[in-house]
Amino acid sequence: MATAGRITPIVAMKPKTEPTTATQPTQVPLIFELSSEGRRGTDLEARTAGSKSGAEILGSELCRTDLAGFPELSEPQVLRHFLRLSQANFAQALQFYPLGSCTMKYNPVVNDEMAALEGFASIHPLTPAHLAQGAFELMARLEAALVEITGMDAISLHPAAGAQGELTGLLVMRAYHRKRGENRHQVIIPDTAHGTNPASCTLAGFEVLVARSNSRGFLDAEEVRRLAGPDVAAMMVTNPNTLGLFEPEICEIAHILHAQGALLYIDGANMNALMGVAKPGHMGADVVQLNLHKTFSTPHGGGGPGAGPIGVKQVLEPFLPGPRLRHAERGWVFDESRPDSIGRLRSFHGNFGMLVRAYTYILALGGDGLADASRNAIVAANYVRKRLEHCFPSASPQPSMHECVLEHDLESRTGVSTLEIAKRLLDFGIHPPTIYFPLVVKGALMIEPTETESKEVLDHFISAMECIHDEALNDPQTVKNAPHTLRLSRVDEAEAARRPILRWQAKPD
Amino acid sequence: MRFIPHTAAQVAAMLETIEVANVTDLISHVPARLRELAEIKLDPGRSEAEVVSELRALAARNQGASDYTSFLGGGYNRHYIPAAVRAVTSRAEFATSYTPYQAEASQGTTQAIFEFQTLITQLTAMDVANASMYDGASATAEAVLMARRLKPKRKTIAVSRALWPDYRDTIRTYLSALNGIEILELPFDDQTGTVDLGALTDMAGEELLCVVLGYPNVFGVIEPLRTAIEIAHRAGALVVSATAEALSLGLLKAPGELGADIVAGEGQSFGLAVEFGGPGLGFLAARTEHLRQMPGRLVGQTRDRDGRRAFCLTLATREQHIRRERATSNICTNHSLCALAATVYLSLMGRQGLRELAERNVELAHEAIDALAARGLRRRFSGPIFNEFALSLPHPVDALAWAEQRRILAGIALQPQYPELGDSILISVTEVNRGAELHRLAAVLAEAR
Repeated sequence: MATAGRITPIVAMKPKTEPTTATQPTQVPLIFELSSEGRRGTDLEARTAGSKSGAEILGSELCRTDLAGFPELSEPQVLRHFLRLSQANFAQALQFYPLGSCTMKYNPVVNDEMAALEGFASIHPLTPAHLAQGAFELMARLEAALVEITGMDAISLHPAAGAQGELTGLLVMRAYHRKRGENRHQVIIPDTAHGTNPASCTLAGFEVLVARSNSRGFLDAEEVRRLAGPDVAAMMVTNPNTLGLFEPEICEIAHILHAQGALLYIDGANMNALMGVAKPGHMGADVVQLNLHKTFSTPHGGGGPGAGPIGVKQVLEPFLPGPRLRHAERGWVFDESRPDSIGRLRSFHGNFGMLVRAYTYILALGGDGLADASRNAIVAANYVRKRLEHCFPSASPQPSMHECVLEHDLESRTGVSTLEIAKRLLDFGIHPPTIYFPLVVKGALMIEPTETESKEVLDHFISAMECIHDEALNDPQTVKNAPHTLRLSRVDEAEAARRPILRWQAKPD
Repeated sequence: MRFIPHTAAQVAAMLETIEVANVTDLISHVPARLRELAEIKLDPGRSEAEVVSELRALAARNQGASDYTSFLGGGYNRHYIPAAVRAVTSRAEFATSYTPYQAEASQGTTQAIFEFQTLITQLTAMDVANASMYDGASATAEAVLMARRLKPKRKTIAVSRALWPDYRDTIRTYLSALNGIEILELPFDDQTGTVDLGALTDMAGEELLCVVLGYPNVFGVIEPLRTAIEIAHRAGALVVSATAEALSLGLLKAPGELGADIVAGEGQSFGLAVEFGGPGLGFLAARTEHLRQMPGRLVGQTRDRDGRRAFCLTLATREQHIRRERATSNICTNHSLCALAATVYLSLMGRQGLRELAERNVELAHEAIDALAARGLRRRFSGPIFNEFALSLPHPVDALAWAEQRRILAGIALQPQYPELGDSILISVTEVNRGAELHRLAAVLAEAR
């Protein structure tokens, strides 16, 4: 096996062979299968004797007969069921989870505790403003902090997630051009972009022009110059890009776009690389979207909820969605009279519970701590990249930012695919990186260690990757048949799509 | 910094491995001008104790959260949350995992989503439900976009004026960039508060793509959904039924049973705190024949290599990460943990409990109506209601202020959104309101005259 560049020898790494969950049942029945007629998991206050029931008040014309199939369990049964399910998950709090572009960093538990304070959790969104000033103040402070971090002029906390932030930003840019009497209908997107970028463009009524990245994974200003014309409304650039590389020509790209009357949208999915390093506002961004569940540590929740605020330059502020915070004589209020606003994309004022967590995080780290987080994330990514160079080389010579994209030639040499490497990592107690993305790198492994994982954890990951590389060469079947130590062996995803079973149904008696 | 584990020696060792002298060498390719301006001028970091005291002080300034008896609703609902819900959703195994791309490492999340999808189909009497959307308003807007994909040749959408203003605004925004679609406003009957069926009949022509109705609607009134659907279907149009008070589905005839084509809504009632309006829980359910045009993630049942039942994300070819600009939606992150909360909540409530709780809401709302009527205060509309209703008052704004001085948030003035209902407020009554509170509400609003 290759030794060039090896820093430390492979430790005697043997993934566990016995199932990690030996004391747990392999499978957890569905909640519906645990049901017994007549059992209950809640007790309600008694109704006033002699009064009409709800069904009697509304009458049989309006009421359903039954909730057929609904579960019937006691409270302890329900709790045990879901706690058992929880044990079937990998999670950042338990495992290294270097899912690229997702920033699976530590989610400070105090953030959850703060969001659960009665003053935040129980404040109704339609409470009179003067009785909710704490909520307004928190949102105003968070906006101000994000303005400072991004170098933009104004922040909207309205969007529910990154993709909704993209749609919001695109609609804002569209409204801006319309207001100027221009009907630009194209948006340039690099071939390395996240799938949400083109999907958001379609929703916002734009046609996508694909910019090809060069052989080193970067955007050439020349390519942008070639595409930027009078019909181009904007370009969406993820920076650092999805190869984890800072776009060196970003400022020139901004100039080219602006000279053509087009705008620059920076997708801030990878903001965890940039704090204290460079501000999107200074790169020439007119819009930036942030993912509070990535950079600002709100829990990912098995797929959300997140929050996707956008920042804009002043000229775009009038078009921002939803009501905006305004400081009036007697405190904060919502400003509803904004004639140029694109309108709402959701109810109320953003995913407030996530905003509380992000603000708590920013307070805890402070300006220096945020910069420190980015610096440590950059060191960790480059360390992993360097250590793995001998078996999984990087797709680019430029140093990585917060994540590295690695490739390999194992598939042609041994038949072991990236997917199988990913599955084998599970046996080492590691959640796999993002795989097969970006699309421009064949068999890509996109690794984002984040700043909150110790060097010991990174070394364990490196050793596991080296071990899998060895196995691929010497014992490929072990990798191809992974995972071996989880409750389940490889899950047949093709079967799921071929004959979709999307809900449980009672077996006929 | 307490969240960063690296010692100075370890950082030095890593830099040595990377073969650079310091971190700056790793970012030297970032233009110098950008780096020079990059300093974040915020206060320095703080201890956990300092942060907690700062946040507690802010929370304490939200007096409306605890010091008042509340009857606020308007599409977001105050319900009791059993302790078991948070006991599950606070588990780090659920909270700190991500989208279950690796099925073998995500059976907890995928099975819970499969159970959620099943519960939503049972509640709505539809065939399929997705893994969640952001909230009721955006789910309804996505339902309209889905209807448009199903009826690409049709041009008009009839949106009920008795749909929540937030929902209508969100639909407008989502459709704003798509050319050639006209949104018609479907009026409500001034007496009953239900959809004006005559107006619907007039709109139901061959251009009509879909009809969007609240069920119950913004005034808490239960729409004659079956009749409205029959009218729409005769014209070949689809019907999107939107529910903001999902608890009502525990008692009311399911929209699917009444013929709805797409059912969207807000599941916040199922174990989620009001949290100043978010995160909520959008849900979206449809018919099997429309499956390929659904937005959002889906979990399906399958097997592992040894034949054991397993769950995984499926039918992803509809989604943005595969289909890119031709995806059915741009949604990626959804509200998975909120869907988990709802799954736990509905499992606890169960077949009997959910219906009983829904009935209790109806009973308490009618107790409030009776108490108000006994003092001469009348409902604005005569249509049947679930747990929210419009009340006519001679001076609604003054009455709300009067009640507030007596520590009661009596409701929401309808005037800003519905100038024609300037005499009315919207009152929401749920199981968290005790009987005595209802009578005090009636007494205080009666005094305000």
